[in-house]
Amino acid sequence: MNAKIKNNLATITFWVGAGLVLLILGTLLGYIFYHGLKSIDWQFITTPPETIRAGGGIGPQIFNSFYILFLTMIISIPIGLLAGIYLAEYAGRSKLAEGVRVAIETLTSLPSIVVGLFGLLVFVNATGWGYSIMSGALALTVFNLPFLVRVSEESIRGVSRELVEGSLALGATHWETIWRIIVPCAFPSLITGIIITSGRVFGEAAALLYTAGMSSPPLDFTNWNIFSHTSPLNPFRPAETLAVHIWKVNSEGLIPDLRRVADGSAVILVLVVLSFNFGARWLGRLIQKRFTAV
Amino acid sequence: MTKRAFYDKAGRGLTLLCAAFVIILTISIIYYIGSKGLSSFICNGVSLREFLFSDQWRPDRSLEEGGPQVGSLAFIIGSITVTLLSVGISAPLGVIVAIFIVEIAPGWGQRLLQPAVELLAGIPSVVYGYIGLSLLVPLIRSLFGSGGFSMMAGFLVLSVMILPTIISVSTDTLRAQPAEWKHASYALGATRWQTIRMAILPAARSGLITAVVLGMARAFGEALAVQMVIGNTREIPTSILSPIMTLTSAITMDMGATVQGSVWNSALWSMGLLLLLMSMFFILVIRFVVRRGAVQ
Repeated sequence: MNAKIKNNLATITFWVGAGLVLLILGTLLGYIFYHGLKSIDWQFITTPPETIRAGGGIGPQIFNSFYILFLTMIISIPIGLLAGIYLAEYAGRSKLAEGVRVAIETLTSLPSIVVGLFGLLVFVNATGWGYSIMSGALALTVFNLPFLVRVSEESIRGVSRELVEGSLALGATHWETIWRIIVPCAFPSLITGIIITSGRVFGEAAALLYTAGMSSPPLDFTNWNIFSHTSPLNPFRPAETLAVHIWKVNSEGLIPDLRRVADGSAVILVLVVLSFNFGARWLGRLIQKRFTAV
Repeated sequence: MTKRAFYDKAGRGLTLLCAAFVIILTISIIYYIGSKGLSSFICNGVSLREFLFSDQWRPDRSLEEGGPQVGSLAFIIGSITVTLLSVGISAPLGVIVAIFIVEIAPGWGQRLLQPAVELLAGIPSVVYGYIGLSLLVPLIRSLFGSGGFSMMAGFLVLSVMILPTIISVSTDTLRAQPAEWKHASYALGATRWQTIRMAILPAARSGLITAVVLGMARAFGEALAVQMVIGNTREIPTSILSPIMTLTSAITMDMGATVQGSVWNSALWSMGLLLLLMSMFFILVIRFVVRRGAVQ
């Protein structure tokens, strides 16, 4: 077999490989959307689930997912941003910086179920909160933090050095330069990165099984007292998120319309995560345009 | 000290604090999981050899019958085989697609496949598990006539899940290779395949290995997607159609159902520790590969 034939065979293989990936993606998305869009309606996404009868919805689960995401981001953005600033602006090649990088690598590759186990030990048992939204949000902070530190370090490194040096030359302190020049310039890519990590957090389930729990108490959406047990805003109540719900109905569900609920939940989860992913890029470009006129 | 100088110092201190927090967090994870994971050997008196190399998993047996046994070999074998088989599919396919993106169709291939890979990466793992459960498991059942919940379903689901990791890391590596080598190879009259095989792939070797190991780490640690499709039988698998159980699925299923401090519960924490150690091992492998690649 001469080199030309081999070359052609190889080329065919590469095309087949690429085609296969597109086929897999098409099948997955087609399957999710075909089955999912049939199953959702307004009632499904607003009513609470049923335990035995058919006809339940996923309203509280959607709320819980967004609420946990919100709390996670409130906790992890300041820490992640500041640690990223440290790595990009102050650390240089110090021992501590090397330590932070090793720590981030370790956290990144940590299986999310192990993060959940750590959360169970520390945020559920040691704090005495039991399965709660707060424990879940803290576990997801551990899950999210390494990605956020990376995102903010990279965004900050992306700021042009001329701007920074100009600011320093005008007599601004390093800290003033960071807050007035570097962070605003890095803002578009920071926002993009933060929203993309939000998508990961929104879809995560394994870290939440034993931290936020697998049940949701009856919620009264007119009750805004955050200390009340029926208030959706109470951060110390157990909460099942949408991703956990998909797992739960499939492994332990007793409802007769299990298939419909799982299909509907899956399509909503995927829609939210994908709109985070694509919305992030779009928003990043938009902000870039507005802020910099480039 | 002026107010500005104070803010400058305080700001620096604040960022330092957050950076140190990341380290402290990592150390406390290792400490907590480590001390809890070792308790089955220290407090419950399970021998390390029994835990790692025995397949006798009878955690609920009473003391009169000889006490509980927590040999986890079946789960360890389950985790390892499912990981290796999924990497066996995804590593070649991932590298092929990465080469397609970088070398064969850099223009439209990249514009079409890059978002496709991002979409694949964005699908949450429970959704992969659900599709495996509702599409793949019935398919395997009708094709091969077994129960459907099987090792095969597990590694097929995993191989799709780790594909985006392998493709994106490989693509980055291939793109970072100097173009001169490729041009030199073409100038010597080599075909595209010869160039890829003899110039591009060897040069990118350490990056490609990193990509595969990252995929492997992800497969080993994945819990729910696997748990949903593998059937969860506590026996050493005999064929790729037999139902199996992995370390992650054992933790997922039993952690909430067992009593704190019992041998069963402690064994699950030891499995958590094993997962932690494996993920650290994968990092070490990557560091080693990267360092050797840098020397060459």
